[in-house]
Amino acid sequence: MLRWDDRAGVYRVNLDDDFRRILNELMQQFLALLDDPGAPILYRLFPPAYSDPGDVERQDEYRRLMMEDLVERRRAECQTVMDTAAEKKLTEDQVLAWSRSINSLRLALGTYLEVSEDDEPRPPESAEESAYQWLSWLLEETVDALARRV
Amino acid sequence: MSPLSMSTAPVETREPDLGQSTEVDRPWKVLVWNDPINTMTYVRFVFQKLFGYSKDRAHALMLDVHLKGKAVVSHGAREKAEMDVFRLHEHGLWATMEHDS
Repeated sequence: MLRWDDRAGVYRVNLDDDFRRILNELMQQFLALLDDPGAPILYRLFPPAYSDPGDVERQDEYRRLMMEDLVERRRAECQTVMDTAAEKKLTEDQVLAWSRSINSLRLALGTYLEVSEDDEPRPPESAEESAYQWLSWLLEETVDALARRV
Repeated sequence: MSPLSMSTAPVETREPDLGQSTEVDRPWKVLVWNDPINTMTYVRFVFQKLFGYSKDRAHALMLDVHLKGKAVVSHGAREKAEMDVFRLHEHGLWATMEHDS
């Protein structure tokens, strides 16, 4: 689905147009979710920074200083995926934005679906399960292409 | 109180609080916790990319996270540890920091 072209210095994307449209639609929905960063479904994207839950002062300070930045980066990268979903060639930075965005939406969906480590693979029974499984495949392909060049 | 009214206030001298400065300087460690959603290949890739770890080291740390429930991925002063936590959060990993005792 994604491979590095050494001569051209770009990643080549081999993805059906239908899949590109789905990716775009999913990112639009994710962008809407990000309007409410405190929502329980996004808990995994913006977790506490300190192991000690009683260290309220430091937890709050980290949230105050970093939360906005984390949300803004998620938004910007989500937009990058939407802007480049139809592209046949991607830069390294764009592929990294794809990987983080796909992973973030996958985390939100997995939280919603209450995914557990003991889950056996099975056919999807809802739109969310389909999306989760498809994003899992897309993430694996993307990380595989990126990891070859680390 | 306006900033200007401060200028007329007497300057308070304070004894250095040795106990507190020791607390501030104590090093921190950054942990990544296991979760059922992030994939093993993604976690390994993030460790390689963020910390420049070799594939083998990143793989071993990822396995610790997966099998033991957590792994220490970096150490340092508070600012450095907080930045590492931020970058891990940016990548969707479940990271926290605590004092390195």
